[in-house]
Amino acid sequence: MKLAYWMYAGPAHIGTLRIASSFRNVHAIMHAPLGDDYFNVMRSMLERERDFTPVTASIVDRHVLARGSQEKVINNINRKDEEQRPDLIVLTPTCTSSILQEDLQNFVDRASIHSVSDVILADVNHYRVNELQAADRTLEQIVRHCLDKARKQNRLDCSITDKPSANIIGTSTLGFHNQHDCRELKRLLQDLGIVVNQVVPEGGSLKDLKDLPRAWFNIIPYREIGLMTAILLEEEFGMPYISTTPMGILDTADFIGQIEEHINAWNFLLSKGSVHYKPYIENQTKFVSQAAWFSRSIDCQNLAGKEAVVFGDATHAASITKILVKEMGIHVSCSGTYCKHDMKWFSEQVGSLCNEILITEDHTEVGDTIACIEPFAIFGTQMERHIGKRLDIPCGVISSPVHIQNFPLGYRPFLGYEGTNQIADLVYNSFTLGMEDHLLDVFGGHDTKEVITKLLSTDTDLDWTSESQLELNKIPGFVRGRIKRNTEIFARQNNITKITVDVMYAAKEKLSD
Amino acid sequence: MKTLETLTFECETGNYHTFCPISCVAWLYQKIEDSFFLVVGTKTCGYFLQNALGVTIFAEPRYAMAELEEGDISAQLNDQEELGRICRQIKRDRDPSVIIWIGTCTTEIIKMDLEGIGPKLEKELGIPIIVARANGLDYAFTQGEDTVLAAMTHRCPEYNAQRYKQNQNSIEDIDESNITLVKSTRSLPNKQEQNNCILVLFGSLPSTVASQLNSELERQSIRVSGWLPSQRYIELPSLGKGVYVCGVNPFLSRTATTLMRRRKCQLIGAPFPIGPDGTRAWIEKICSVFNIEPYGLEERENKIWKGLKDYLGIVTGRSIFFMGDNLLEISIARFLIRCGMIVYEIGIPYLDKRYQAAELSLLRDTCIRMNTPMPRIVEKPDNYNQMQRMHELRPDLAITGMAHANPLEARGIDTKWSVEFTFAQIHGFINAKDVLELVTRPLRRNTDLGRLGWNNLSKQALTI
Repeated sequence: MKLAYWMYAGPAHIGTLRIASSFRNVHAIMHAPLGDDYFNVMRSMLERERDFTPVTASIVDRHVLARGSQEKVINNINRKDEEQRPDLIVLTPTCTSSILQEDLQNFVDRASIHSVSDVILADVNHYRVNELQAADRTLEQIVRHCLDKARKQNRLDCSITDKPSANIIGTSTLGFHNQHDCRELKRLLQDLGIVVNQVVPEGGSLKDLKDLPRAWFNIIPYREIGLMTAILLEEEFGMPYISTTPMGILDTADFIGQIEEHINAWNFLLSKGSVHYKPYIENQTKFVSQAAWFSRSIDCQNLAGKEAVVFGDATHAASITKILVKEMGIHVSCSGTYCKHDMKWFSEQVGSLCNEILITEDHTEVGDTIACIEPFAIFGTQMERHIGKRLDIPCGVISSPVHIQNFPLGYRPFLGYEGTNQIADLVYNSFTLGMEDHLLDVFGGHDTKEVITKLLSTDTDLDWTSESQLELNKIPGFVRGRIKRNTEIFARQNNITKITVDVMYAAKEKLSD
Repeated sequence: MKTLETLTFECETGNYHTFCPISCVAWLYQKIEDSFFLVVGTKTCGYFLQNALGVTIFAEPRYAMAELEEGDISAQLNDQEELGRICRQIKRDRDPSVIIWIGTCTTEIIKMDLEGIGPKLEKELGIPIIVARANGLDYAFTQGEDTVLAAMTHRCPEYNAQRYKQNQNSIEDIDESNITLVKSTRSLPNKQEQNNCILVLFGSLPSTVASQLNSELERQSIRVSGWLPSQRYIELPSLGKGVYVCGVNPFLSRTATTLMRRRKCQLIGAPFPIGPDGTRAWIEKICSVFNIEPYGLEERENKIWKGLKDYLGIVTGRSIFFMGDNLLEISIARFLIRCGMIVYEIGIPYLDKRYQAAELSLLRDTCIRMNTPMPRIVEKPDNYNQMQRMHELRPDLAITGMAHANPLEARGIDTKWSVEFTFAQIHGFINAKDVLELVTRPLRRNTDLGRLGWNNLSKQALTI
């Protein structure tokens, strides 16, 4: 048992539902108690979906507990089949149903006899995987199902397209800025003369999946969702894939370089001329994206060496860390992720770029780390934004979990060249806001707030007198936290529990020794 | 669809969307200020709470998850030790006056003996531990509060008529000597009755609304002796033989039963104080039990109706469809029919016909009085079927959960999400306006937008 107030990644069934409801005409039926269909609310509210979320529940109630589901699940599957004729029905287990240990596969098999739709059971273990891992797994499962079916029916087409083409794999509903990213990727590919063969799962149709192998290569923009599918396609069809995320100028250039290699490999076999993307990259970097010029401009000088903390999913946290350090000269004190399952990759990516790597699912640990470092800006999830609010440190949101304001209507990709502009704005705005705040403090601004302890989990054995509090408040905000901490360290070392103004001065004196 | 002359009750498949009953911690932890709610469940429960409760999660709430892991499910870990460890941590960090364990589907399925472990840990920790099984296997949304209050009923001190009377007398003595002037100006000093009635109201309401209802009853010379729940756990009201209890919310049937059967209280079955009509009927019923002639109620109700005139102009003649998810449906529908609306269907998760008897008969009377067809009442509705019916009926407004609100709007049906009714202040004379404010908001907005001709914004066919 774990005492938990908040979590970064959701339970497994959310991942499965995200994949299922991203495809067109796929229906998910959850084997779940009343109230577990909260996913529908999230999709309808966060994504502002106009259509009914294709997720229903086969309700587990007292009767099911006593007698088993019996025909209930099968009837629900067959009913949905008749009502809406989806291409596929995904029976989704939840944490409740996995303890019931009913033979769901048996229900699926029996329901398939009558249903026109295909029926599969999402193969995820609730107590071992989280939302992201489950999404990755379900996507692979659906793709595998469709390819196997096509193969059996002899409809599988493995001949590659005439023009160079690519699949984009892994953009899904409720993904962080996924729709914008997808549009930006398509634009990039179009610039390079590459046809988009398929985009899965978002907006994809199961009937088209049999054509996946026709692309020359696969693009996996996010590590969390799609890698398993890419590996499947590589094993079965020898399709190469690019798992570099085209986020930031350097990685986008690297990404395009890899595309060039893949295309030229086929071009060589087909005895076509080779492509050269260098000039394109150069032009985009220097003149289309503003980010390269921006990091050169004097504005950005002010950011040099400023401390930042980064936290998020593996893809975004790693990419943003790279951008901050390599492209903007910002000092990343700590970079972290909640994707524990991918910690090895993450550590390799950011190991040489930051002082400290933090891999945890516990938001208080993240909060405490931030409070200790006191960076000038945070780049994290909505949780870090709130930690930042509490600590008076600005925060740019770069990763899920997110709120409704992270589903903007305007065009805000994180990937590709437009993405570099967006990220530059985000970084710059976070830091300048912070600076303005400090200037206000320095010039006797509007600071009337009392400093309370900044750690989330505290041991408040120290008592500040009202005079020393007042004195502390006179100190400009950007050093106040540090002075407070140093004073408290001094007090603890000297077994002082009541901090008076004298103690403060003594601590200061000690420091300047 | 043919109109109905009598109230008809139907029961569908129960495939509907609602909140999990553990959501009751959201308002109960704020109501009971010295409490801590521990939800013993899985990541699924936690994910629901953190998303449904939105920003409150960042405000160091007094609730948390005891998240079950694989070892707990397979009983490799000892439940009592695990819960003890977590509760000690809560005691150390927050020092609450009571810890309320919310049992979930998972604890139900693995048969975790929360009721057995609770008293042991209570003794060990020195903090009361209350166990409420608010799970999605048995209950919907607001029924979560019902389970918590029913469990809390057992913790209320025993009412002692003798001692109470003595206390009252001494208070009266002071009253007599000090405030004779005030007393003499009172037009209806039902002194005799006032002394006899011990009235405890049950149902969690924001403290302002609770004191508004208190003062409404005080106008009738009825003093409310206490509320379940109280503002603080340590102030729970005394219960026992001779205590009258009355519910303020329609979803509290378990609490009502527990109060009657286990604590021997007398239940006053009244319509619920939602809308001026409901509030008046509620007060009248309480008065009649205490043999008090209600005073000035009719004028008060009429005055409130007069104040609602502008809203009535918007809603009169409009039709409405309740999909059903929070059990407030019957009372709100009854009020809206009185406002002149036509209700096609009242979906409701669960209907206790005995507990809601007075409300149902007021609904019937209201329909007759307003000369509108009786709505069909659909228990355990099926959202898919409802969508088909709505497609046929084209109501002006649908009261629905958030899962369906946006898709319905995209299909040109105005919606109001039902969850707001559970959080808004809707009880008593004063708040009648707020109910109509909520109901008319989509109608008002969409009259303005309606002229733009963008009513249908979905590419899908109008059915699901």
